[in-house]
Order: sequence, then C-alpha cells, then structure tokens
Amino acid sequence: MIKNLAPKLSDAEYEKNFTDINPPFLPHNAKIEANRCLFCFDAPCIRACPTHIDIPAFIKKIASANMRGSAKEILDANILGMSCGRICPVDSLCEGACVYNERDVEPIEIGRLQRYSIDWFYENWDKAKAMFKAGKPNGKHVACIGGGPSSLSCAFYLAQLGYAVTIYDKNDKPGGLNTYGIARYKMSAEEALKEVRLVEHVGVKFKQNCEVGKDIQVDKLTKDNDAVFIGIGLGQTEDLGIPGEDLTGVVDAITFIDELKHNKLRDVRVGRRVAVIGAGNTSVDAATQAKRLGAEMVMVLYRRSEDEMPAYEYEYEIAKKDGCVYYFLTAPKQIVGKGSVTGIECVRMKLGKPDASGRPAPEPIPGSEFVLDCDMVIKSLGQKKQGQFAQKMLGLKTDSRGRIVVNETTMQTSNPKLYAGGDCVNGGREVVNAVAHGKRAAWAIHKKLTGEDIDLDGLWKDETIRRVANKAENQYA
Amino acid sequence: MADLSINCAGIKSPNPFWLASAPPTNSGGQIQRAFDLGWGGAVWKTLGEQIINVNSRFWSLDYGSTRMMGLNNIELITARPWDTNIREIKETKKKYPKNAVIVSMMIESKRESWHEAVKQVNDTGCDGIELNFGCPHGMSERGMGSAVGQVPEYTKMITEWVKEVAEVPVLVKLTPNISNVAVVGRAAAAAKADGISLINTINSIMGINLDNFAPYPSVDGKGSHGGYCGPAVKPIALNMVSAIAKDAEIAIPVSGIGGVTTWQDAVEFMVLGATSVQVCTAVMHYGYRIVEDMIDGLSNWMDEKGYAKCTDFIGKALPNIKDWSDLNLNYRIIAKIDPKLCIGCELCHVAAWDGSHQCIDLEMGNGHRVPIVNEPECVGCNLCMLVCPVDGCITMVEQPTGKKPTSWRQYQAELGKNPKCEPPGYIEH
Repeated sequence: MIKNLAPKLSDAEYEKNFTDINPPFLPHNAKIEANRCLFCFDAPCIRACPTHIDIPAFIKKIASANMRGSAKEILDANILGMSCGRICPVDSLCEGACVYNERDVEPIEIGRLQRYSIDWFYENWDKAKAMFKAGKPNGKHVACIGGGPSSLSCAFYLAQLGYAVTIYDKNDKPGGLNTYGIARYKMSAEEALKEVRLVEHVGVKFKQNCEVGKDIQVDKLTKDNDAVFIGIGLGQTEDLGIPGEDLTGVVDAITFIDELKHNKLRDVRVGRRVAVIGAGNTSVDAATQAKRLGAEMVMVLYRRSEDEMPAYEYEYEIAKKDGCVYYFLTAPKQIVGKGSVTGIECVRMKLGKPDASGRPAPEPIPGSEFVLDCDMVIKSLGQKKQGQFAQKMLGLKTDSRGRIVVNETTMQTSNPKLYAGGDCVNGGREVVNAVAHGKRAAWAIHKKLTGEDIDLDGLWKDETIRRVANKAENQYA
Repeated sequence: MADLSINCAGIKSPNPFWLASAPPTNSGGQIQRAFDLGWGGAVWKTLGEQIINVNSRFWSLDYGSTRMMGLNNIELITARPWDTNIREIKETKKKYPKNAVIVSMMIESKRESWHEAVKQVNDTGCDGIELNFGCPHGMSERGMGSAVGQVPEYTKMITEWVKEVAEVPVLVKLTPNISNVAVVGRAAAAAKADGISLINTINSIMGINLDNFAPYPSVDGKGSHGGYCGPAVKPIALNMVSAIAKDAEIAIPVSGIGGVTTWQDAVEFMVLGATSVQVCTAVMHYGYRIVEDMIDGLSNWMDEKGYAKCTDFIGKALPNIKDWSDLNLNYRIIAKIDPKLCIGCELCHVAAWDGSHQCIDLEMGNGHRVPIVNEPECVGCNLCMLVCPVDGCITMVEQPTGKKPTSWRQYQAELGKNPKCEPPGYIEH
C-alpha cells in the first residue's frame, strides 16, 4: 500500500482537471482562423510536418466549407490526423514554421484547425467513412508487428492498395502508445480507438493479445507474408538502478499513465507527495496528472539543468502551471522506506564536460545528499530500446543505441523482407514521425512487390525536397 | 462521384472552371500548367493588334485586414506577337485535347480585318472564340472593347461578321458599364452568337494618394480609370448573369464571370444560369492551384445534394429571382437575440437606433447588456443580424401572419376591383 494516499477529489474536480487541455474550435473561430491563413506557396508548415500534410490546402477547404475535402486532404497524408492535431508539438513543427512568426503575428493554429476538420470526419463517420475503402485484393499479404502509430499507418495505406494486412499486437487494445500512453487531458483512449476503427474500415485485421515470439513466431510471419513491418516501439521504462526500487509506491510512468487512461479516475491511486524521476515529455504527463489526481506535492527530479531538459517548452509550461516543483541538478541515490516508500534520498549534481550525447555530464557533489519525503516515486527515465529483441528474435542489425537500422528512404531493415518504423527505429519521437515511417514503408513495400511507384500524399519521393524537409524536421525536433 | 463535365454553347470541358481572359492566360506555358492542375478550360488573353503597355498596371482594394477584395487593372490586351499566340494555341490544344481552349479576340471594327483574324483562329483547332466587347480601359478609346459592347448595334454588326466565318462556337463577352446589360445581350443573340460571357470589368478609380493627389495605380503621377474585378464585384455580376439568363429573347448559354474565388461562388453563378464560370483575380492572388478545392468542393457538394451532373442544378435559382412587385408583402420576420450567445457589444442596438428602425432597446440599469427587440416595431430588415459579430446570435424568425401571400402587383390589381380593400403587409408609423 502507498503510505499516504492523496485525498479523493469531487467528481466535478476530476472533470475539471482532466477536461481537454486545448478545447476544440467553435465553428466561428475555425472560420476566422482558416481565413487568416495566407495560403502560402510551397508553405514552410508543410515542410515542417514529417507527414507533409498539405496544410494550406486543408485549411482553405475549411474556409470554403468543404469539410469532406479537408478531412480527406489530412487523412490521405496522415491517418492519425486526429491524434496529431491534438498531441503534436506544433510549436516545434508546423506552427513553429508559420510565416506569420516572421512578422511577430500569432501563427495559424494549425493543430486546432486540423482537429476541427478530423472531428467533423468522426462526427460524420457514417457518411464520411466511404471516402476510404479497401483496395481491390492483389493477393499479397503483409504482417505488421505492434499495434502503434507506425503499424497503423503502414497498414492503412497498404490495405487501400489491396493488400491483406494483419496487425499482431501484444496489448489488449490496439493503438499502442496512442491508446495507452497519452495524458488523458490531451486525448482519451476512446478517441485513439476511433482512428483504429478507420484502419479496420479499410480491411486491416487486428490480432490482439498476440505477442510475437511467444504467441506467434517470426519465422511463420515471414514465411506466410510477402513483407513484414515492425513497429514494436520501445520497451519498459528504464530502471533507476538504485536501492529501494522494489518498494511499494514505486511505479513507472507508462504504467501510471496507462492506469489513468483505462480506469475511473477515482480508482487510480496516487500518493500525497510524489517524486517523478526524469524530465522528458512523458515525465510531464505523469507529473501533471498526479497533481490533477489530487497529489499535494509533485516534485520532478532531473540530474541536469533546465537547459538540458528534454521536455518541450510548452509541456514544461503545463507542469509549472499545474504547480509541479522542479528539482534540477538532483539525482536519486536511493528510495527510502520499509515496505512502502517514505522518501527519496538525492544528491546535488554539477555539470561537467560534455558526455557522449554532447550534453554536459552531471557529476555528484560529494556530501550534498538530502532526503525528500514522499509516498510515491514515478520513474520516467525513458523507455528501453528493443535492441535485444530486434537482434535475437528478428535477427536485425541495430545501432549502438539499440535502434533498428533501416534504409532512410524505404524503411527496409537488414533483412530485405522486413521493414521497420516508429520508436524502434528513431529511439522515441512523436506520433507524427511514426506515421511518416509507416507511410514510407507502405510505399516501399508496394514498389518492391509490384514494381509500381505510387504517389502517396505527402510522401515526397523527390530526394532533394525530402532531404531539405527532413533537415527542417530534425532541426525542430 | 458526380460528373462535372459541361457543354457551354457547344464548348465541352471536363469541369465548369475556366480561366478568364487575363494575365493568367497570357501564354501557352501558363495555360498548360493550369490544365495540369485541373482547370477545365481557358480563355486566351485577348488577341489583336500588338499593343504597348504602361508600367504600374494593377491596384487593389484592401478591406480591413483582407487583401485584394477588389482589383483593378489598366493592362491592355496581349502584348505578344499575333503569330506567337497562334502557334501556342495550336500547341496547347494538341497537347490538351480534352480541355477547352477559347480564343478571346479584339480587332479594329472592319469586316475584312475580323474575317482575316477569325480565319486564322479557326485554324488553331481551338474550341471557341470569345469576342471581347467589354474591356473598359485603353482599347475603348480606340473604338474597341466596351466601345463596341456599349452600343447594341455595333455588337450585333461585329458578331454577325464573326459568325460569317467562324467555324467554332462564338461567345460574346459583355461589359457591365451600361445601364441595361440585357439590351446588348439581345443584340448578341440576334446576331446568332452561341453564348454570352459576363461580366467584364467595371470602370473604376481605386483611390488617390493624399500627398501628391496621384490616382492608383499611378503612372508617373497620373492615372486612368481601370477595370475593376475580384470578390467585390460578385454581387453585380450575379445580378447581370441572372438578367441575361432569365431573358427569354436571349436564350443562349452563359459563361459567368466576376469575383469567383471558391466553389460556392461558382455554384451561385451556375444556379443563376451560368454553364461555365471564369476566374481571374483569385488566380492572380493564389495561383492556379485554387482549382483543386473548386473541383473537390463542387464534386462533394453535388454528391451530398444528389446531383449527378451540372445540368441538374444550372439555373435552379432563376425562378426565385423576381421583380420587387412580385414579392410577398404578407411575409413577416422579426429579429430574435439569443441572450446566451450575446457578448454585449450593442452594435445591433446602435445599428437599429441610428441606422434603421429604432426597434432594439437597451435594458438599462439591470447590469446586463443584452439588448431587447421591440417586436411590434421590428420591420424584419436583417440589419441587426448583419452587424452582429456572433454567428447565430441574432436570427430572423418567421412570424406567421395568417394572411394569404399578396404582392404589390396583386394588391394593385385588387384595388382596381375593390378600391377599399385592406392593404397587405405591415404599415410603418
């Protein structure tokens, strides 16, 4: 048992704390915002989007009340247009690239407009779904391992080309981190599942609770299919590697967020005082939600300084507004408690010479140890790479950081029949990056199996354009 | 998916969207690029004797933060050599057999000159000819363009000359700078024109520089009236298109022009009788790519409404365009303000109080700012709804009067029979 549980809140408080953080546009606001778009030629926002959605085109269609056309424009380039409209770090991507920034004018709210368009699509699902359909069967089979964004994307585009696609997913529900790992105030699991429904609608089959290597063997998938796409994401949260990690009240961030998403908020247990270790975007999701569940004190511990913190600026802002307290240059030494957590012993750090990652290496200051009282510790050090699994189970080449090595253009791995994308390839980026990978793999698989070089929206096969675009993408990321 | 193809006066096109004769159709390279992006047809920038242009040719009317609500120009017809245009027309038509290529022409008013020119145009393989009787600046001073279009007899005479030798359909493009456009339309129809395009641009002065009193666009400190177009002229164009389309004496197909920017604009022209629409200003602002949403939006709208082809809705609104005397005087609407949506700007109050019929009062002294409609005084003018910044906050709600629909014309007829009959509608005090 957690030693001191945070007091339960009233239903109204839970409702208020977990309501949509970025509420949708009302129609008149969408109209004003859509008409504010300059409709730039060769628009920088398109380049900044990893899936290269034709943003001015979909916005123009909102302005002309062509909602159907607007939604099609988005989904043709990005099947997870709804998720991305809500959770993309738009300041660092499309909105950050908006030319209005150059004139000190607020950039177009592209994310919210995209959401407005896709919300229309799902609200009019019965009529609108016919825009997408399964292609005429071409007799070819593709398996996707993992049910997250990159697999959904690869499957969606291949199914429309006539492939029989099956997604094998170890989770109970499909959608991967989109369903399990996004803060509830950003997007609910039900919403994520709407997008899965669209993938199902074009004929993709889902095999849930099916772990590759356990419930089904890789060899069989490779033998039975013309191509296999690997979108296995990342593994469990990294361990702290300090004493006390097994005490009651120590949880990992992904598990905590997952629990929050699939249970009544009242039933989720949270300590009165919570320490969150690590300061990435997932840490923000965990810290803010712990606070919103009623924790009185949430402390975020990070061993480097504010400047090196991996969380996006706007995520950090959410955490600060929620009253989370940041302890920079603070590393955990051990978790204290008898059975249950009662505190965490930390040591002050200072920044030294740059390490392998290029960032200054934190070094402990001897004798600076201190204990923070807490009832719960949430580990958020990033997820483990799938290097072991990729090498041993799939026999694939990985890089020194455990990421599957692919051809950047085709997403093909060291085994020509296997393609990969998403977090297992890039080490953990945004949903939109995973969608771009899945779409690229769909194009490459189709080209390899049929010789046909199709033009998927926003694929940008032209190497020069793509390189420039990818450069922009990396620069913002 | 709906079939967007049209046949306008014998000119076939995969969709109703044509580029109007203007800078966007100046050359074969441009038009071919436009066809690649989806334009159904293009009217070549007017061919004629080679001209010389001035610099400083366009000016725009901005409204608030919106750029180019209206655009004017003093550019003349094509500045390129006749033979170059003829060669490129041939080449374009050969490369794009399915797209409509229409050649706009403006020739000095001599029968032989027109015959000679039309024969050369016949040989290009183009799908139609458009006679530019509308251009209001420059060329009109030389007895061409609107100088022809403003005189029904000239219009008829030259159209007849062209029809004597033309081997393709002939559209006559009309000027709006005339008191009754239908009179010239009838002249064109009498000369056996195959169709009518309208409107050409409207005479305009875009503004004056208050430091040096030079008009815009300014050529070395001086200016000249130019042709006005763009979204601002759409209402004028819609009226003129409907006037031509309704006229029983004319009864030939119409190509609608004037401020078309979106697919909705195009549909408005079409339901008022246009078979094709021509676009210029929007392309000059955003490029040829705007046609993509026009095609997509029109197609989605047709699917939604259940129209399989364009002829299913062309002219559909025409029966609703009436003389004022035929409108129902017993139709009554009044303004309703939704207090939940009202943001308290009180613009409706001041508009009604100073600008209309003093029928929206303020509820003074009770702390909230939602105005109140004095319903018995409301004449249903719509002004409050039009100034309200919140969509849906003020709605005009029909009030059944229980009286049978009666127009002014019917009332006058009734008075003839019964001088003491009750007047219909609402008498203002």
